[in-house]
Amino acid sequence: MQRISIDPITRLEGHGKIEIFLDDEGNFANSYFQIPELRGFERFCVGRQVEEVPILTNRICGVCPEAHHMAGAKAVDAVYHVDPPRTAKMLRELLYSAFYCTDHTTHFYALAGPDFIMGPNAPVAERNILGVIHKVGLEIGGKVIQMRKYGHTVVEMIGGRKVHPCTSIPGGLTKGITKEQRDEIEKMGRWAIEFAQFTLQAFNDIVLGNKEYVDLILGDIYTHHTYYIGTVDENNKVNFYDGKVSVVDPEGKRLGKYAANEYTDWIAEHVEPWTYLKFPYLKKVGWKGFVDGKDSGVYMATPLSRLNAADGMATPLAQAEYEKFYSTLGGKPVHQRLAIHWARLIELLYAAERWVELVTDPEITSDNYRTIPTEIPTEGVGIVEAPRGTLTHHYTTDERGVTTKVNLIVGTTNNYASIQMSTKKAAQNLIKKGTPITEGMLNMVEMAFRAYDPCFGCATHSLPGQMPLEISIHDVQGNLVQVLKQNC
Amino acid sequence: MSTNGKPKFAMYWAASCGGCEIAVLNIHEKILDVDANFEVVFWPVAMDAKYKDVEAMEDGSILLTLFNGAIRNDENEHIARLLRRKSKILVAFGSCANEGCMPALANLSSIKDMVDTAFTTISTDNPQNIRPSISYTVPEGELHIPTIFPAVRTLDQVVPVDYYMPGCPPESPQIAAVIDLVIQVLQGKAELPPAGSVIGAGGSTVCDECPRKRNEKKIKKFERIQHIMIDPDLCILEQGVLCSGPATRSGCVALCPIAGAPCIGCYGPAEGAEDYGSRLMTAIASVIDSNDPVEIERIFEGIPDPAGQFYRFNLAGSLLRFSKSAWKD
Repeated sequence: MQRISIDPITRLEGHGKIEIFLDDEGNFANSYFQIPELRGFERFCVGRQVEEVPILTNRICGVCPEAHHMAGAKAVDAVYHVDPPRTAKMLRELLYSAFYCTDHTTHFYALAGPDFIMGPNAPVAERNILGVIHKVGLEIGGKVIQMRKYGHTVVEMIGGRKVHPCTSIPGGLTKGITKEQRDEIEKMGRWAIEFAQFTLQAFNDIVLGNKEYVDLILGDIYTHHTYYIGTVDENNKVNFYDGKVSVVDPEGKRLGKYAANEYTDWIAEHVEPWTYLKFPYLKKVGWKGFVDGKDSGVYMATPLSRLNAADGMATPLAQAEYEKFYSTLGGKPVHQRLAIHWARLIELLYAAERWVELVTDPEITSDNYRTIPTEIPTEGVGIVEAPRGTLTHHYTTDERGVTTKVNLIVGTTNNYASIQMSTKKAAQNLIKKGTPITEGMLNMVEMAFRAYDPCFGCATHSLPGQMPLEISIHDVQGNLVQVLKQNC
Repeated sequence: MSTNGKPKFAMYWAASCGGCEIAVLNIHEKILDVDANFEVVFWPVAMDAKYKDVEAMEDGSILLTLFNGAIRNDENEHIARLLRRKSKILVAFGSCANEGCMPALANLSSIKDMVDTAFTTISTDNPQNIRPSISYTVPEGELHIPTIFPAVRTLDQVVPVDYYMPGCPPESPQIAAVIDLVIQVLQGKAELPPAGSVIGAGGSTVCDECPRKRNEKKIKKFERIQHIMIDPDLCILEQGVLCSGPATRSGCVALCPIAGAPCIGCYGPAEGAEDYGSRLMTAIASVIDSNDPVEIERIFEGIPDPAGQFYRFNLAGSLLRFSKSAWKD
């Protein structure tokens, strides 16, 4: 039996690691995507004053602390049985929409962009953000910086800080916004809509205009027929901040919708002894192993999943893009994992439109941003859509509001089984007896998990950026026979 | 980036959340100054990381390394030692590297307890009570995952550190100012502060930069923030909500109190404070309006989680460092 280790050698123990086994003939036998780290948030968030937990859990991930702050805020609202005023909810969602614009922009231009704009087989030295900027022009680089800046400006105005916001508390927010801030936020939001449209146009020209890329997206190698989940509003349109989680089967039929406090009826986490991360699956379908199909409880929670699980987008420009997406890719649901990148850009446009919608609501500058809770705290669940998937925070407290239990099902974790399957399928398709293993093959395996947005951030906190890989091939006696490297 | 005789710069994350990297990216166009004045040799977030290149460098050949993240496992420790050897100036960057940050609250319990908790949560389907195994045999061969150290450590508990730059994360204007300073030093226009200094922060406390009005008012009761409307102009502590401002180093311009939330202490101990928690407890004790031990006891019951409140960011860097239970099991 031969073994191939794909190890991100920059952080030997901080990242995911793929072990591929070949049989004695040199054919693919099996692969394992391991998560080698556990930071223990579910333990050390216990014993804390519950209003602190939305601040503590920010530190799970400095890339998307906004998502943890919002899921935490909704969980502490529920713990105290308090419904925040409309203005508070709108302000939180406004902060969140601006954050989404920043986050999706970073992912597309810095991470996924290189594969499509430069091409999956482009030289390694060009397959990075600088290569992208050289190809599309410096002016666009400036726009990307501007988008990040605007997003963080709104996060700070409402959340108090650019990184790790601090203003959401049980029942609402510690502050509102002024009319001057409102005007500024609106201006930035209108710019964000244009930026999102521009980005979709670039995707259209560069990717959809190139048959090779379209074939790659539609190809079987990156396709899995699984369930999809995503939060929807009362009209079954995509929503990032509030609503119910919609679950659709591999044929696109809605299995049902669940409210935050019903999540344990729907989601369970399978355990394997060879990794620190658990594998969430649909409880109603059951765990059948790492397999596709309607009988397997494996699901995906990504931008593509949200589109698949919804009936459309709640804003007009994004809705038009949604329709184009499904008509181009052959109807719902779309199973091709690489289409996640396109779905992400439709969400970028939706987030920008929603940003403007919220900031132009007359009540956004109201002083009514707090409801003081009066009930004894008990237990509560908060769910938001993190950019990388449905994020669930569940806190239980004693009567003093001190946590006794904390359960977190984090964005990327939802997709762990799906990522394990995607990398396995890519390796299986690419590694064949007698075929030399090349650098291009490495990137094709890497693309399988990059589509999910490899901010394994929330699990192992690797940030958007290149993921360096080294493949070492050992013979049956364990001797090193070949080493292939990428970005290292 | 070419080798062109410019001084070498590196930035690395150990056990961290990535927020420090985001804070550096948030200096926006200033990042171009870094590029103009330094040769960036190692920065996993921004460029292809070159571990082997770092190992091949001469000792002391990197002028400046910003190291964020705490030391949680043997990889973190390995890289800390490597970068110490290769760097002239090693900066502990951000709360994790300086004092452990919030994840160091894990030092209050054992690794076994941590793993047991994660693998028995309400949504976990684990009838056979499985735990991750450092070495596990699958049909095709053996799989390995690393062990985790029993306690989170700060960077200077592992290697000597030249400067300390606090914050969770350090505020972007402070980062920009430090970069400016280093560039001026390179141009011979300024001198480096004495080794061991705290940089990118102030020398007083958050209270000193907080615009809220203090009336030297004492308190009879601690309030939780969710239960009162905070007056936007008055000192948060004097309104009864525990605020870490009096013990915390200045440098953030009191962002949280300005936003209506108490200071949580992310800039670490104020100048001269040997132990953050003791300093904060002393400060808090001085605002209690009572001399009656029974009443004082009752007042302090209003802080149901003293460990989390007084050592929120600083447990690993404190005199305590961890509880006994971290070494149990």
